[in-house]
Amino acid sequence: MTECLQWARYHWQRLMGSTHGEDDERPYSYSSLLACRGAPSRTPKLAAKHRVVIPHLWPFKDEYEKFSGTYVNNRIRTTKYTLLNFVPRNLFEQFHRAANLYFLFLAVLNWVPLVEAFQKEITMLPLVVVLTIIAIKDGLEDYRKYKIDKQINNLVTKVYSRKEKKYIDQCWKDVAVGDFIRLSCNEIIPADMVLLFSTDPDGICHIETSGLDGESNLKQRQVVRGYAEQDSEVDPEKFSSRIECESPNNDLNRFRGYLEHSNKERVGLSKENLLLRGCTVRNTEAVVGIVVYAGHETKAMLNNSGPRYKRSKLERRANTDVLWCVLLLLVMCLTGALGHGIWLGRYENIIFFNIPEPDGHVISPVLAGFYMFWTMIILLQVLIPISLYVSIEIVKLGQIYFIQSDVDFYHEKMDSTIQCRSLNITEDLGQIQYLFSDKTGTLTENKMVFRRCSVAGFDYCHEENAKRLESYQEAVSEDEDSADTPSGSLSNVTKPRTSSCRTVHNGPLGSKSLNHLAGSCLALGSGEGASEVPHSRQAAFSSPIETDVVPDTRLLDKFHQITPQLFAPIDEMIPNPPLDTLYVIDFFIALAICNTVVVSAPNQPRQKIGLSSLSGMPIKSLEEIKNLFQRLSVRRSSSPSLASGKEPSSGIPSAFVSRLSLFSRMKLASPVEEEVSQTSESPQGPSNSACPSETETQTSDADPTDSKVESSPAQPLASDLCYEAESPDEAALVYAARAYQCALRSRTPEQVVVDFAALGPLTFQLLHILPFDSVRKRMSVVVRHPLSNQVVVYTKGADSVIMELLSSPDGASLEKQQMIIREKTQQHLDDYAKRGLRTLCIAKKVMSDAEYTEWLRNHFLAETSIDHREELLLESAMRLENKLTLLGATGIEDRLQEGVPESVEALQKAGIKIWMLTGDKQETAVNIAYACKLLEPDDKLFILDAQSKDACEMLMSTMLKELQKKSPASPERASLREGLHQAPATQDSGLRAGLIITGKTLEFALQESLQRQFLELTACCQAVVCCRATPLQKSEVVKLVRNHLQVMTLAIGDGANDVSMIQVADIGIGISGQEGMQAVMASDFAISQFKHLSKLLLVHGHWCYTRLSNMILYFFYKNVAYVNLLFWYQFFCGFSGTSMTDYWILILFNLLFTSAPPVIYGVLEKDVSAETLMQLPELYKSGQKSEAYLPLTFWITLLDAFYQSLVCFFVPYCTYQGSDIDIFAFGNPLNTAALFIIILHLVIESNSLTWVHMLVIVGSILSYFFFALAFGAMCVTCNPPSNPYWIMQEHMLDPVFYLVCVLTTCVALLPRFIYRVLQGSLFPSPVLRAKHLDRLTPEERTKALKKWAEAGKMGQGTPTYADHSDATEKRTTSGPASVFAMMSASSCPVEQDDLSVLETALDSDCCETKASGMAGPPKG
Amino acid sequence: MAMNYNAKDEVDGGPPCASGGTAKNRRPDNTAFKQQRLPAWQPILTAGTVLPTFFIIGLIFIPIGIGIFVTSNNIREIEGNVFMYYGLSNFYQNHRRYVKSRDDSQLNGDVSALLNPSKECEPYRRNEDKPIAPCGAIANSMFNDTLELFLIGNESHPTPIPLKKKGIAWWTDKNVKFRNPPGGESLEERFKDTTKPVNWVKPVYMLDSEPDNNGFINEDFIVWMRTAALPTFRKLYRLIERKSDLHPTLPAGRYYLNITYNYPVHSFDGRKRMILSTISWMGGKNPFLGIAYITIGSISFLLGVVLLVINHKYRNSSNTADITI
Repeated sequence: MTECLQWARYHWQRLMGSTHGEDDERPYSYSSLLACRGAPSRTPKLAAKHRVVIPHLWPFKDEYEKFSGTYVNNRIRTTKYTLLNFVPRNLFEQFHRAANLYFLFLAVLNWVPLVEAFQKEITMLPLVVVLTIIAIKDGLEDYRKYKIDKQINNLVTKVYSRKEKKYIDQCWKDVAVGDFIRLSCNEIIPADMVLLFSTDPDGICHIETSGLDGESNLKQRQVVRGYAEQDSEVDPEKFSSRIECESPNNDLNRFRGYLEHSNKERVGLSKENLLLRGCTVRNTEAVVGIVVYAGHETKAMLNNSGPRYKRSKLERRANTDVLWCVLLLLVMCLTGALGHGIWLGRYENIIFFNIPEPDGHVISPVLAGFYMFWTMIILLQVLIPISLYVSIEIVKLGQIYFIQSDVDFYHEKMDSTIQCRSLNITEDLGQIQYLFSDKTGTLTENKMVFRRCSVAGFDYCHEENAKRLESYQEAVSEDEDSADTPSGSLSNVTKPRTSSCRTVHNGPLGSKSLNHLAGSCLALGSGEGASEVPHSRQAAFSSPIETDVVPDTRLLDKFHQITPQLFAPIDEMIPNPPLDTLYVIDFFIALAICNTVVVSAPNQPRQKIGLSSLSGMPIKSLEEIKNLFQRLSVRRSSSPSLASGKEPSSGIPSAFVSRLSLFSRMKLASPVEEEVSQTSESPQGPSNSACPSETETQTSDADPTDSKVESSPAQPLASDLCYEAESPDEAALVYAARAYQCALRSRTPEQVVVDFAALGPLTFQLLHILPFDSVRKRMSVVVRHPLSNQVVVYTKGADSVIMELLSSPDGASLEKQQMIIREKTQQHLDDYAKRGLRTLCIAKKVMSDAEYTEWLRNHFLAETSIDHREELLLESAMRLENKLTLLGATGIEDRLQEGVPESVEALQKAGIKIWMLTGDKQETAVNIAYACKLLEPDDKLFILDAQSKDACEMLMSTMLKELQKKSPASPERASLREGLHQAPATQDSGLRAGLIITGKTLEFALQESLQRQFLELTACCQAVVCCRATPLQKSEVVKLVRNHLQVMTLAIGDGANDVSMIQVADIGIGISGQEGMQAVMASDFAISQFKHLSKLLLVHGHWCYTRLSNMILYFFYKNVAYVNLLFWYQFFCGFSGTSMTDYWILILFNLLFTSAPPVIYGVLEKDVSAETLMQLPELYKSGQKSEAYLPLTFWITLLDAFYQSLVCFFVPYCTYQGSDIDIFAFGNPLNTAALFIIILHLVIESNSLTWVHMLVIVGSILSYFFFALAFGAMCVTCNPPSNPYWIMQEHMLDPVFYLVCVLTTCVALLPRFIYRVLQGSLFPSPVLRAKHLDRLTPEERTKALKKWAEAGKMGQGTPTYADHSDATEKRTTSGPASVFAMMSASSCPVEQDDLSVLETALDSDCCETKASGMAGPPKG
Repeated sequence: MAMNYNAKDEVDGGPPCASGGTAKNRRPDNTAFKQQRLPAWQPILTAGTVLPTFFIIGLIFIPIGIGIFVTSNNIREIEGNVFMYYGLSNFYQNHRRYVKSRDDSQLNGDVSALLNPSKECEPYRRNEDKPIAPCGAIANSMFNDTLELFLIGNESHPTPIPLKKKGIAWWTDKNVKFRNPPGGESLEERFKDTTKPVNWVKPVYMLDSEPDNNGFINEDFIVWMRTAALPTFRKLYRLIERKSDLHPTLPAGRYYLNITYNYPVHSFDGRKRMILSTISWMGGKNPFLGIAYITIGSISFLLGVVLLVINHKYRNSSNTADITI
């Protein structure tokens, strides 16, 4: 019930929130990445998904009003309340909590005179206190938001004003859609705008998006086509075009639209033209743009989702028990009502007892009984713990405070610590049963290190590099520290605004508000981003391990064969240079240019290094010039023909012409560069002369480029160049190419300059880039090769994809050669994958100009369309990327993160089932799984790879049979649930099995009919690896396990592809690594390294769970015990609803005197020390089984509460029976004893008592006595009709009072105390036994731990061996002939010969079906 | 232009390798509190550790119990001041609507409350258009039997035992909580606009002849107004003061109790009692507390022995226990 209402409240809240920004709480959804999701439009005139932006200048005033006038301006308001609506709205929201409603109901009930039990005002008190506390909290949070909003809104930017005909300063909040904004370097972009001008000659603008997505590398943005050519700044006065683009949405990686000139000419717009709010302009002197989205409609704001709302398992459990309490309450009230009715029946006519109503008539017993029911509800209301919810919230804040201040979660390199983004599920951390982990970046470092490559069918294994990496491992920490510390400072370029946001970060509350504020902070830019987002500079300036590659000697030899002479007669094509050398050259050129890497020199800003350095190169001789002109003439004859060939061909859209003009501009620029590249080719070139001596030094010098570059001091040293790549893979490849003196020197949208060892700088005209996407799994660049002057496509991508796109060149010999290369490369690829390397294939394709032109035209059509653009672009890419020639393959190592195997081992020991979900290949995934100890060498390995659903089903049933044979303990598995319960049994019996499933098969397994079987199968397996899984599959797997097994799941990942999985799981953990912040933004907790997970779960999870569950149980106990005192008294006062305690004390008892100790207990209780918990991961199992809070525990607790209340009532009753004691004097010892019982009960339950506990306990008791004494002394006539005047004072002088209190307390606590003692000595739980370890000396401890571990193994040891031998026997008999590719791999991962045999059999199967166009008949 | 950038960037500290000093450190403080390493008392409840507790409890409780028991049993001797109680049983003075049917302000002498009693007093608030003083059901049902005690000595006419009316209420009640309304010379004048409770025979200002025991500060009235907690109760009626140390307060002999019967209890199956008792440091006679203490003390002693056995056995059965645990 409670849950339901809270859900409703939450959704209502979101609905309410939408008044000022309907999307600001929209959760990030992965589907928006995959498919375009039309955001609900708010512009009434354009109900469709487009928006039209007209310049905000008065010539277009009417038009502006018509289209853009209704768009929101740039003012942001993230606050929920205003001064006026705070009270009503906050109350409104709070009363959506079921508990609050209940207490409101009680308060109202008490105003009905007939049933009034207390004074009217008093019942309001708890409610008012609770509401006030929460209102204050909400108010403070909102006020903080308001202050930050205000700060952001008042930031100043330069907006074009028509009146003054220049850019004037304006506040951010006054910026509107259609405004022209001019920004200088390092300024923060105030709103999403289309880039119209950049001072950069190439029309580029660099922006830093770290504030937005945490990616620290600079991104290039381009001026809209057609504007880049203008020499002067764009003049807003003359700007007469209009922009049409899609409605606001939260997809950071997509922007579609076009710019329509007044002559109806259209230019396509893409995300390359969009500057996003919250980013910072870097390395560009000034830019001008027109605002298209402002304020809450900017992508940054739309991405800012509020804090996450989840109910923890424990709270759900507690809610059901609250319902039990309600039931109990009803029973008690019914008893009261019945009792009163019967009692009154006896004395109906005695006016002593049945006092007539004011009007003189006497109510009947039945009616009186009915009234009494409601009176009882008011009287016993405390049974439903109002303070429980408030206390839980406070306790969770405290727990989060301690989690966040745990120094072990601090990651030095990134200067980041754990972030708790979700505030109410800390205890779920202690109950995780299934863990779903991403691989790349989560288990591994996501630091891509170039390890091996295969070129033209030859494997270069880079042994020296491997050695370097091994030796590097030891020194890794120190080295990386020193390497990163200075670079890290860049992100901390202080800005005056930073501090304001930082202050929010202090204190436990601060973190909560920060989550609300994420968006506001984002808008403040990088300074603020740094406080929220622990981004690193590592992506930008990689550590030496990634940048330094030791070249392979054999490959170097090949390089030595490269001389300019090889190419000198290239036009004539007379002597064919050795083919493999050409391959090597092409291969490394592809490595260097087939990417989107941005080049920068650390000591210089990112700039047009290429151009400036080229200009500094003098032309040496006449001969060169002659040479040059010759080439130019050849070129000139070709390029016009190219242009003329296109222009008349068809009714070319006007946008196409503008593109052509750009194209021709590039052509004009290119001869200069060409000339330079030619100069270096000529024998007189300075670099060439140095060549022989330099090659000698190369072998000895790891970084030979230095020596060469020194000769031309105008250029920055190649080794100083920094590469900033979108993915670390790319950077690794570029660094590898650099090691072979094929250094990427500069990159502009039009050209790429590569320093090639023997050939000097080569300038490639960059014709096109087809960026990487996960559907195509490849990227391509189209360049004009400077040497051959041909259009060349270099493609880089996943091997499976590239292999399918290959085609053989003409000519029999070449064809044969290609076939051989292909085969060998495939072998190498398999080998790489088995070693856990990430593989990529490099291919190329030469195009004729005509082909290219044809393709280009179609591509433009695709680019400029708004609808179906993705599909069209994909088609276009397909047209280009075919008939490729394979050059080679690379193997990149992604090293495991520090401490991952240990963590995985510990988590598995803790009974957590770990699934690895990765998009990588099977072999890579399996090897990483072995490396991180997810799979152990003697695990039985099942590989599930089927081509059809039926095959999948058969395969699974066979595997299940196999598994069940192994565990005879579970012969019948009637139901799925049963099967699941058997799972631990299989674990105990020592049979460890691993399941590998491929993405395609997963699709079948996830279908409705196979789900059960799949789950049954996985339940038997220790570890499951899903490879080649798409992001969607990842989330489906998590959903499946979570919903069908009803287990607690945790998903951990670092990239955008993990977002959906993170959101689906009960707990989502993001790793704030190098792949941006999307995963972190979607997560509940963000950590910086996988190894932190083990402490988070094993220690904090365990603590949080036990603390909170014990506290909740204690709350139930406390309330039942106390309320029952009142209930027992009813038997002696004719069920008339009399309370023997003053109402104030009654209310304050719960609210004040006994509220602090449990809260402190909930925050500070420590059953076992952190060290022991880490060393004995088995202890985590108690949380998984919810041992601390089982339904039985709840009822035992209630029983104890009943017993204690009975004792607490009847000991004083017997003492004072028949005496002249009055009501309140009777209640006083009851109350006092109850206080001691309740507090000492907590002491018994506590496992550790610090001075804080003592302080609070003593404080609580003192406050009780102080209040009772003060109240008794001062309250003579107050609180009518009666008050406990002077009663406490009387009792304090009465020895009987003390005797009664002591006796009552002792008798009440005796059973629980005995129970705990007996439990401690006769049947201690593992947690209790572990607690003993904490008391031992270190030496004793290690000894005891060893014994413990041995004892644990002994339990499993024997069956393990038996099963294992059984398993091996099985394998020898059934052998590899097993049709279903079921195998148990017992050998070391690196040389699993038998495994590979089987796998290749399987793979070929797989390949065949693929080749025959998918979905062939299932084999076997 | 390139130069231009350079200059700008240097000003802004843009290059990544410059200015390393500004790095912020977000490392949490390594304090015992924040790292949850506060020194703590970690009680482990096992048979061994709690053994002493049980023996100590036993050793303390049993003597206390015996002490109480003895004291309680000694009470019967009629020495020192003797207290005279009247007892009522099955009288629910703790009924909720009865309990709240009073007005403390009126009883405290508040004039406005005197003339306009609280609504809680309904239906005993007004009678014949006059406010009732004291109002409410409690006052209305005040016990009004009179008890007189006579000693039948050797002589033919019994000698009345002097019963002291004053000193039976709490001092704070008599002097602080209950006050007669101010003004006027005589009590009657002060209560002139009020009427007596319905059941009363005499108005409140005629409860006693002595002015300092009349009106609201009449001690019988005060005692009655302190509502009993349980349906069977007694209330102090009179004090029999000890005259000299030599003679017992109530010498042995035959006594005669004269009851003026005003108070009907039959209708609700009630019973009336008269109790004479002395009191000790622990109040009236009640054996319960003493027995309870002795019982609990013994149980705890017994438990101590059981735990001792458990502890012994447990240690013997697994000598390596504290290592393997």
